[in-house]
Amino acid sequence: MYRYDEFDREFVNARVAQFRDQVERRLSGELTEEQFRPLRLMNGVYLQLHAYMLRIAVPYGTLSPRQLRMLAHIARKYDKGYGHFTTRQNIQFNWPALADIPDILADLASVEMHALQTSGNCIRNVTADHFAGAAADEVADPRPYAEILRQWSSVHPEFSYLPRKFKIAVTGAARDRAAIQTHDIGLHLKKNADGELGFAVYVGGGQGRTPIVAKKIRDFLPEADLLSYTTAIMRVYNLYGRRDNKYKARIKILVHETGTEEFARQVEAEWAELSDTALKLPEADIRAIETYFTPPDLPARPEGDDAVRQARLDSRSFSEWLDQNVVTHRHPDYAAVTISLKGIGETPGDASAAQMEAVADIAEAYAFDELRVSHEQNLILPHVARADLRAVYDALVGIGLATANSNLITDIIACPGLDYCALANARSIPVAQAISRRFADLERQRDIGELKLKISGCINACGHHHVGHIGILGVEKKGAELYQVTLGGSGDENTSIGEIVGRGFGPDEITDAIETVVDTYLGLRLGRDEKFLDAYRRVGAAPFKEALYGAESKAA
Amino acid sequence: MKVLTGNRLIDGEAIWYSPVGWIETLAGADVAADKAAEERLEAIGRQAFADNFALDIELIDVQIVDGEIVPLRLRERIRAAGPTTRTDLGKQAAHAARAG
Ligand code: SF4
Repeated sequence: MYRYDEFDREFVNARVAQFRDQVERRLSGELTEEQFRPLRLMNGVYLQLHAYMLRIAVPYGTLSPRQLRMLAHIARKYDKGYGHFTTRQNIQFNWPALADIPDILADLASVEMHALQTSGNCIRNVTADHFAGAAADEVADPRPYAEILRQWSSVHPEFSYLPRKFKIAVTGAARDRAAIQTHDIGLHLKKNADGELGFAVYVGGGQGRTPIVAKKIRDFLPEADLLSYTTAIMRVYNLYGRRDNKYKARIKILVHETGTEEFARQVEAEWAELSDTALKLPEADIRAIETYFTPPDLPARPEGDDAVRQARLDSRSFSEWLDQNVVTHRHPDYAAVTISLKGIGETPGDASAAQMEAVADIAEAYAFDELRVSHEQNLILPHVARADLRAVYDALVGIGLATANSNLITDIIACPGLDYCALANARSIPVAQAISRRFADLERQRDIGELKLKISGCINACGHHHVGHIGILGVEKKGAELYQVTLGGSGDENTSIGEIVGRGFGPDEITDAIETVVDTYLGLRLGRDEKFLDAYRRVGAAPFKEALYGAESKAA
Repeated sequence: MKVLTGNRLIDGEAIWYSPVGWIETLAGADVAADKAAEERLEAIGRQAFADNFALDIELIDVQIVDGEIVPLRLRERIRAAGPTTRTDLGKQAAHAARAG
C-alpha cells in the first residue's frame, strides 16, 4: 500500500496546523464566514441539517486496518459512534463540532489520512475498482495510476479553482466496476497488441441535473502519457468550461456543447505542446509507485476446496453467503469478499465503531491487512484464502455484517438524503429500509437475481439513481416528498441513463411501486438467466408503465 | 407564523431564538405572528451572524398544533427532531430519554 514519504507527511501536518489556526481565527471572529467557508470546504467540512459533516478521503478506496481503527476511534471520541461510507469511496462523519475538527485531522494525519480535496472545485478523490489487485479479470492494478494522479493533482495550483468539481475514476478490467463512464474523466487500463499498458480515455460523463454518459476520446493512451494528456484535458476545460452558470460548469456540458470530435481535437492540439515535457512519466517512476501496491505474498492454500465443500454442507447460510458475497480471485486458492453494509432494514453504508474495529481485526487475521471501500457502499476484503472463508464468515456473523445480498435488490445504494443533508428534497434512507424489508426473503431476492437499486434525495444524484437498474429520485412537491422512478440505468462498461417511467409516488406508495416493477419483470423475463436489465433492454418501458399506471399510461 | 433558526458556529448544533435567547430546541422558540415581529427576529438573526455566533440563519414557517410549534416543511421538522431513521440521535434523543 502507498506509504507517505517525508514530503507527504510534512505537507499534511502543515495543512492540519494551518486549519487549526484558521478555525481559531474563525471562532475568535477574526475571520468572517465568507472568508472561512472556502477554507473549511477545502478541508472537507460542510454544514448539514443537524451539525457539521466531515468528509474524509479514502484514496481509491484502499484502507488499512490501522486506518479503519482510527476511523472507529474518531467515531467514538468526536462523533456519535458511527460513520457513513459514500459512493465516492469516502467516509463521512455526521456530527463533529467545528472546534474538534483540527484534532480529528491531526488524528487522521497520524495514520496517513486527510480530508483534502473532498470538496470544492478541484480534482476530487480518484476512485478505482474495489477489487483492484485481486480481480481475476484484471489486466493490471489501476491504483498505481490513481496514486500518480492523486500526487499530481494534490493542491495543483493550476487546477485548484476549476469551473466546477472534477472526478476521475480508473478501472483495470474490461468489466467496469468503477463506473468510469459517469466520471469527468474515466480511464480504462488495458494492453495494446504489443502488450504495452495504456488507457482508453473517456471524458465528460456525469450524473446530477444533466446526466451524460462519457465519450471515448482516445482508444489507447500509453501509460507514460497519463499526466500530460490529463493536463491537456484539464487545460481545455479550465479555459473553456463555463463559469457563468453553476449548472453548466461541469466538463460534461463543455464536451456536449463543443461536440466530442472537436473537443478531442482541442485536447490533442493542447497535448502536442505537452507530450514531450516533464509531464511524461518515466518508466522507473511508474514501476516505483507500483511497488507500493505489490500484492501480499499469497502462499498456496490448496486445502481451501475441501474446507469450502465441508463448510457448505455444515451451513446453508454460509453457502448462501459464499454464492453471493464471494468472488473469484486471480489466485485459485483465494477469494475476494464483499462485506455488505446493507443489512436488512439498516442504513446503507453506515458502520458502527465496533463494527469497524471488528472488520479491522478480521482483515489482520485473515486478509493480509488489506481492506477496500466500494462505491456501492460496502467494504471489501480483497485477499482471503478460501480455506479461511468459514472463519471470516463466522466473525462477520458475530458483528451483524454477514448479509448475503451483494448485487441483489437489497444491496441498495442510498445517499444520506433529508435525514442529514442540507441540500436534500426528500429522504432516501427510510425508502431504502422499507424496500429492504419488503424484499428481505433471500430466496426471493435470489430468484429476482442481479438488480441494482439506487436512491438519491435530490437531483445532485449522490445515490447514483440515474445508473440504477431501478433508480429512485426524491423530489419535493407541494411540501411533500415524492419519488420518481427511473428504469434501465446502468453504471458498468455498457453505461446507460435510466428513463423516467412516469409520475412520482408518495412515501407510502413507493415500496409497492418497486414491487410492481419487480413482479412485472418476473412475469416477462425469458427465464432466470435473463437479468432485470437485459429484460428491460429487450422490452422497454411500456409493460412497466402499464403495470404501474394502467389505463392512465395509455391515455397519456 | 415564523420562528428564527440557525446552526451554532462552534459545533453546528441547530438552534432557535426564544424570549430567553438562543436555545437548542424548537419548543419554546419565539413565534413571530406579524411583520413587525418578523423584522425584529430578522434583525436578531443578522446580529447573531455578525457576532459570529451562528450561521445558516433563517426565518422558517411554522404553525401551532395542540399548543406545539410545528414547522411547515419536513426539512425543518427533521432539523428540530433529528434523523427519522435514528431516533436515538439529535434533539429527539433527549425527549425520548426524558420520556423513558
Ligand atoms: S443526492 Fe442530494 S440529498 Fe443526496 S446526499 Fe447528494 S446532495 Fe444530499
